[in-house]
Amino acid sequence: MTDAPVSKPKSSLLVQDARTKRRNASEARFKIYGLAAIGIGCAFLLTLLTAILFNGVPAFKQTFVTLSVTLDPAAIEDAENSTLKTAKYKAMVSEALLAELTEVGIQTDMDPTKLGDMLSSATGDQIRTYALAHPEQMGQTVEFTVLGSSRVDGYMKGRVTREALANDKNLDAEHLDIVDQLAAAGKLSLKFNPAFIFGSDASEKRPEQAGLGVSVVGSFIMMLVVLFLSLPIGVAASIYLEEFAPKSRLTDLIEVNISNLAAVPSIVFGILGVAVFIQFGGGSLGIDALRKSAPLVGGLVLTLMTLPTIIISTRAALKAVPPSIREAALGVGASRMQAVFHHVLPLAAPGILTGTIIGLAQALGETAPLLLIGMVGFVATNYPSGFFDAFTAPNSAMPAQIYEWAKRADPAFYERAWGGIIILLVFLLALNIIAVILRSRFERRW
Amino acid sequence: MSQHIVSSYDRDLESIQALVLRMGGLVEASILDAAQSMDTRDLELAADVRRRDKAIDELEIKINEASATCIALRAPVSKDLRTVLTVMKIAGSLERIGDYSKNMAKRTNVLAEQRLLDGQTATLRRMAREVQGMLKDALDAFIQRDAELAEQVRLRDQDIDQMYNTAFREFLTFMMEDPRNITPCMHLHFIAKNIERMGDLVTNIAEQVVYLVTGDLPEDPRPKMDTTSLSTKV
Amino acid sequence: MNQMSLIDRAVDMTHIKIAARGVNVYYGDSHAIKDVNVEIADKTVTAFIGPSGCGKSTFLRCLNRMNDTIDICRVTGDILLDNEDIYDKRVDPVQLRAKVGMVFQKPNPFPKSIYDNVAYGPRIHGLAKNKAELDEIVEKALRRGAIWNEVKDRLHAPGTGLSGGQQQRLCIARAVATEPEVLLMDEPCSALDPIATAQVEELIDELRQDYSVIIVTHSMQQAARVSQKTAFFHLGNLVEYGDTGQIFTNPRDPRTESYISGRIG
Repeated sequence: MTDAPVSKPKSSLLVQDARTKRRNASEARFKIYGLAAIGIGCAFLLTLLTAILFNGVPAFKQTFVTLSVTLDPAAIEDAENSTLKTAKYKAMVSEALLAELTEVGIQTDMDPTKLGDMLSSATGDQIRTYALAHPEQMGQTVEFTVLGSSRVDGYMKGRVTREALANDKNLDAEHLDIVDQLAAAGKLSLKFNPAFIFGSDASEKRPEQAGLGVSVVGSFIMMLVVLFLSLPIGVAASIYLEEFAPKSRLTDLIEVNISNLAAVPSIVFGILGVAVFIQFGGGSLGIDALRKSAPLVGGLVLTLMTLPTIIISTRAALKAVPPSIREAALGVGASRMQAVFHHVLPLAAPGILTGTIIGLAQALGETAPLLLIGMVGFVATNYPSGFFDAFTAPNSAMPAQIYEWAKRADPAFYERAWGGIIILLVFLLALNIIAVILRSRFERRW
Repeated sequence: MSQHIVSSYDRDLESIQALVLRMGGLVEASILDAAQSMDTRDLELAADVRRRDKAIDELEIKINEASATCIALRAPVSKDLRTVLTVMKIAGSLERIGDYSKNMAKRTNVLAEQRLLDGQTATLRRMAREVQGMLKDALDAFIQRDAELAEQVRLRDQDIDQMYNTAFREFLTFMMEDPRNITPCMHLHFIAKNIERMGDLVTNIAEQVVYLVTGDLPEDPRPKMDTTSLSTKV
Repeated sequence: MNQMSLIDRAVDMTHIKIAARGVNVYYGDSHAIKDVNVEIADKTVTAFIGPSGCGKSTFLRCLNRMNDTIDICRVTGDILLDNEDIYDKRVDPVQLRAKVGMVFQKPNPFPKSIYDNVAYGPRIHGLAKNKAELDEIVEKALRRGAIWNEVKDRLHAPGTGLSGGQQQRLCIARAVATEPEVLLMDEPCSALDPIATAQVEELIDELRQDYSVIIVTHSMQQAARVSQKTAFFHLGNLVEYGDTGQIFTNPRDPRTESYISGRIG
């Protein structure tokens, strides 16, 4: 320590002056605004997720009834000879249900046909398919797990109440008593229903049978088309524009248009798809693969939509690579192409991947253009017969299927629409996780 | 000469040059006083000259230090570098000139006890005054960056050399005339030789100034008029 | 730095490596380089100095046609490398850049291993027939870059993990790995500390044995330390070109004088 005289401050740092106080106050206020904004955002997100889970999770469960059906050869032969085959089978099931009731000691004087309304109209077909596939079981009694009707299912899930049944001509209070007793006897219960995830769409009369599986295949095929078309085209276009194209009016124009394309409403791409691919390509040029409702056409339309996104994000990723790397490569005598492919592209890969996956996710969630080209939900009733057939066979996509369900009258479909959204979100989540993993993989290579 | 962007650099260079001028002033006074003390046998003045030499030596050290600092901190180039180099060389030369005039003052004590002929010391005093004039002009040339004036100073060294030649012959003649003259004449000859050396040093300063201004040392050999070392003829 | 002794600074101007005749460079409408004529000797370090925006870097980049990558840049006049016009239509800039290597202001190693950084040039130019030859080239280049001893045990560590000075020497090693004849350096030490700078300067002086080195620098002291010839650029003009010793003690042009001595104007 020196003995130098201690200087006095002109103004003390220990006391805040008015300006500082005001500034600090405004900073604190701003932080509160920010927190509030984040809070509101989180609240909306939470609401959304809760609503989706609350409404959608029941769709994964379905009411099943366990029945022992005797495959009487005479009855089957009689049914096969009639015009309304499944109706006859349904009658067999109804009989079996009655027998089942008496077995567990439930008394009813309802007529079997009316009793059969408790079960899904799909059960007749289920028994028939089984009987024809297993002729060796003829004459024996087989235990089936059949779907309850959507009303019964709704009652089990609490969606359908006894009061509401007053106006329902399909089911009445007596049915519900039987349902309660069956459930108590363990013959009727809510179980996880894999058919919702893997099954196909069903008619408006049979919501309990409808599943998303075929649409998932449709979406997957479209994603394949989008990935294998838009990624190479988009990346090649970006590299050319970013690294090679001379800066001219023309390239400026192209740039502006690409940016604008990214903002074009998707329905426009849909109508473009109808006009160019289906009417011109499939119709005028006669290319058979380009037909209505084909995932190939859907993929092409979504490719058009995704391209701007991929090009914009790829160019941004290329721009973000420091020019010093290009100079370094050129400086040791690499050609422009070598500089791009050896150095710039690997560094831009994480950004390109992110952009691509964001583009894919957008495409995966796109509905409007698919509706225009005929990939509406109700066409997704059968699995395609093979890999290549999957490209051309009429199909739908997840969001179109969900839309289809949401607009149908039966509340049972409404529940399935929510369930479908959960599946869609799981796919999107998976895509994003893949993006994160790939990115960290690439970035680890310094 | 335009200013430096860093103005303290200008101040540094100016202060070093001011030191040189101060030193030059001291040396000029020393020459004149030493010559006067010799001529008038003023022992007190001679003692004063010898004492003042210390200040000159100290100034040289100070200039060298300031120059070293300037080189280390400013890394002078081109004209600035030449300025610093010139300053150091001038300071060295001035210090030597100061030493010679101190030596002249020392010999004043010895000469005071000797019998002297009239006019001998007056010639030397004139010679010293001429050297002092040259030094003044050389320093003026330095401060005004005047290569032409420096060149003139360089040429004036011939006069000093001629004066020395004349004095040399005179002393020889005196010594041949009367052996008792040998001691005073030897001392006077040393003084004359020292003044002639001062002239050479002033010429060095002038040449350094030419280098400072033009960036090149004068190429033509300096005209030498001191022929005493060349001829055996008296 | 025994090589930098003053006696050794005499330049043999009989072997001219690069000659520029009436070179003009335009960036769009702006005239960046105005009628520059200069002859650069072989096995010599030539420094380009001058204030920012004076065109020294632009001119340097003309020498290996690095300016080709800028669309609006136009070069007129002749630049002869070994008496061949490098702007001739038949000249492929890639081939030229293999002969005229470049080291940049900011150390810019590729985000690859040290080995791959150096091996990249020889690989794309096919200088090595097999792995052993490539290893040899890499070692030689790293030794020339005066960094071999520091990295020989971690050749497969990332080049970006080195310190700034090491990175720059790695970049120099990378540049010499392709056996260029001329080495262009664009402010190679501006991002380095004094020790790293000294190491790079020492290296530059050693490289002079084999290459013609041209260095652009903002540090006049650096130009004075490493170069034998110095060219002073001002507002796109080559104002003065001469022996470094002469430029720094006795410049002929008042603009050079003002610039190197830090004067206004």
